[in-house]
Amino acid sequence: MSVGPAAEPAAPTTWQRFRQHRMALVGTVVLGLLLTVVLLGPLIWSVPIDTIDFRARLALPSAAHPLGTDDLGQDLLARLLYGGRVSLAVGLCAMLVAVVIGTLIGAIAGMSRGPLDAFLMWVTDLFLALPTLPLLLLIIYLFRDALTGLVGPEVGVFVLIIAVVGGLRWMPVARLVRAQFLTIREREFVEAARALGASRLRQVVQHILPNALGPVIVVGTISVAEAIIAESTLSFLGLGFPPDTPTWGRILFDAKDFLSIAPHWALFPGLAIFLTVLSINFIGDGLRDALDPRKVR
Amino acid sequence: MKEQDIRGLIGRVKRGDMSRRDFVRRMVAAGLTAPVAGTMLAHNGVAFAQSAFDYTPTKAGGGGTVKLLQWQPASQLNPHFAVGSADQHAIYLFYEPLASWDEDGNLSPILAEELPSLENGGVAEDGTSVTWKLKRGVTWHDGTPFTADDCVFTAQFASDPETLAYTMGTYRDVEVEKIDDHTIRLNFRVPTPFWPDAFVGTRGLILPKHLYQDYPGAQATTAPMNLRPVGTGPFVIENFVPGDLISAKANPNYHVANRPYFDAIEMKGGGDAVSAARAVLQTGEYDFAWNLSVEDEILDSMTAGGRGEVRLIAGANIEHLQLNFTDPWTDVDGERSSITTEHPCFRDKAVREALALLVDRAAIAEFIYGRSGEATANFINTPDRFASKNTSWEFDIEKANQILDAAGWERGRGGIREKDGVKLSLVFQSPTAGQRQKTQTVVKQACEEAGIAMELKAVAPGIFFSADPGNPDTFAHFYCDIQMYTSPMREPDPGLFMQQFLSSEIAAKANNWQLRNVTRWRNDEFDELAAAAAVEMDPVKRAAMFIEMNDLVVGEVVVIPLIYRKVAAGMRTGLKAPLSTWTSYLWRVSDWHYDA
Repeated sequence: MSVGPAAEPAAPTTWQRFRQHRMALVGTVVLGLLLTVVLLGPLIWSVPIDTIDFRARLALPSAAHPLGTDDLGQDLLARLLYGGRVSLAVGLCAMLVAVVIGTLIGAIAGMSRGPLDAFLMWVTDLFLALPTLPLLLLIIYLFRDALTGLVGPEVGVFVLIIAVVGGLRWMPVARLVRAQFLTIREREFVEAARALGASRLRQVVQHILPNALGPVIVVGTISVAEAIIAESTLSFLGLGFPPDTPTWGRILFDAKDFLSIAPHWALFPGLAIFLTVLSINFIGDGLRDALDPRKVR
Repeated sequence: MKEQDIRGLIGRVKRGDMSRRDFVRRMVAAGLTAPVAGTMLAHNGVAFAQSAFDYTPTKAGGGGTVKLLQWQPASQLNPHFAVGSADQHAIYLFYEPLASWDEDGNLSPILAEELPSLENGGVAEDGTSVTWKLKRGVTWHDGTPFTADDCVFTAQFASDPETLAYTMGTYRDVEVEKIDDHTIRLNFRVPTPFWPDAFVGTRGLILPKHLYQDYPGAQATTAPMNLRPVGTGPFVIENFVPGDLISAKANPNYHVANRPYFDAIEMKGGGDAVSAARAVLQTGEYDFAWNLSVEDEILDSMTAGGRGEVRLIAGANIEHLQLNFTDPWTDVDGERSSITTEHPCFRDKAVREALALLVDRAAIAEFIYGRSGEATANFINTPDRFASKNTSWEFDIEKANQILDAAGWERGRGGIREKDGVKLSLVFQSPTAGQRQKTQTVVKQACEEAGIAMELKAVAPGIFFSADPGNPDTFAHFYCDIQMYTSPMREPDPGLFMQQFLSSEIAAKANNWQLRNVTRWRNDEFDELAAAAAVEMDPVKRAAMFIEMNDLVVGEVVVIPLIYRKVAAGMRTGLKAPLSTWTSYLWRVSDWHYDA
């Protein structure tokens, strides 16, 4: 994990500090493994995700089905690999959306004094006060058909979910960025740049933003985990992707009733979500320590 | 099955060669209902059998509180506004009809002194009137006596177009005449072959005149009794939280001796079938749960502890696929699936036929529905199917491919068939329930092998079955190509059930999607048959007509019947309860008890 463009030669020390956080290292390795498996796995394990085989329903893990099968006899490994792409993609894209919107709004608010700043913070507070889940349901209900018609069911829902999940998680980022901006823009090196005649944009892009980025990355990692969980919540409610798209959340939803009969069915997707979220959280933890400015100095 | 076949069977019942129950089963298998089968027998001199149920308690009360789980909760408690089955069930705690149907389609008197029949002169030979004698000494929960005036009023209430009661069709063409305080005569405007409809079963619940008379027409929806019912039933309302909880205590003045056994009843809504099954079968928190559409393995694992058992009640619930005959993807004047359009794929019968071949009913019945389902081509008219279960439908991907090839649907990009620029790409929706999504997956896979692309969609049942004109995801809007659900044929007369294929019943924006023909299929032959059946007085001839109508619907692949479903109920071990699928399962809740 390399950490953005820190201005000073602190970069190696940041990595060293990150390395000292053992759980963060483990998290990085686990997440890297998960990503590799999900990206490359379907090339090696080429069993189709939707072949129905009633003779092998609820089969325990075996050579033919390393993670067993569900109650239609569909191979769980293949489904988990496919679903992992969706779940991880949802998580990462939603994080990007949240970070981009949050940084933009936070930066504008932090740089402008007066009414614009106040207004943007009102908007932020307003969004913070919105109850996420009902809003998600409403938006999916309102826009699913329109979007599905435009780009097809899976892509449509994908766009919708990342837009909504990301669109409801930018507020902490915005507040954080604004706070950073308010302090950093008064620092001597920014004043120096200003004195040398740097434009506002240049001040922001060259000087303030790089120094404000540390906390943003931390919040970003955490929101990846939140987005994956939000997607599984939607699948769990029977919304989100079409019912035959095996996202991790959907597999878990289908498996929950069979918990006492076929625990393996719920165990593996549950484990995958658990490992992803945990490792991302550890990485976030490690990054927070590594990027803490008080430790840098 | 033709008229003479039915007559032959009735003859066998009369001679005693065939049991009444077997006869009823065969009629149900041919797409009729048990009540119609029973009425046919009654018309031919085989009287309705007494509902056999052993009621052992020797006094009312002493049973404590019985706790019911009906996970689809009731939203209001006026029987004539109860469009959904959830409301229709719950209302039986409080209101009663003159008579109701038991599990085998026997008519059993409740607020009637006796059943009208040809023999006792209650039923007119020419089908123009029926005379009911009302039970004496019945009082409403508030102490007012129950009389013929209440029946007359109920018919007025339901038939008033301003009221917008869903039972309007039942009472519209009936004139209810009060003979004396405890006798009414129903005069039908046209000869009516199936007379046990008004004042019978789910549509027959009687309202108190002295309370509802102040809320005529459109004001009826504001009546406080819609939430705090005052009926003649075995329980008196204590508390009602719409969509959640009903609690009621025993009616001390109930008109049947020694009943009810339970002192209070609590009916809880919410959750899903699996959690309901668990609460009754595994943990024993509740005494009874209705409609446990849950996979076999799960039920087995829950009943292993011996706390509860699963009872399967036969009915005529058919899980089926409906095909949209209009184009759901073109907007005409703010309405999709408009009757002015034609479905781009389904207008070719070959596509519909191929689709019917792509549904693996055997596997769906065996592996998804288990003991509660039986693969069916129900509605199909081959006497053979009584001998063999597998003759009248088939699952054959090869043959489906041939049919589509022959019809000119060529495989295009990605293996999806197309013809004249129309792609065979369909959207298939059904209400959310584990078994349904699995069935959808099985159908989708077979379709893909035949070059039909399919997108699956699951809709929350609360939305799917709602009557909300503003919601595009309801089954009545049918804004997709195929949908699947169970039509509960709870209306005892198939005439009502068959209305869903009449040209005059097409659901559209103009009628707020309240009419019943959601496939928007139109067929003159069917309409004529239905009109003829409506006035045919001979119940056997009429039954033969219904079977012919069924054949049309299946032959034209308007619907693809999948599974003949029994309703699974979960009961605490020892609970004795007469149930029924032809009306509310609570139709004799007064008799529910635990053996001492």
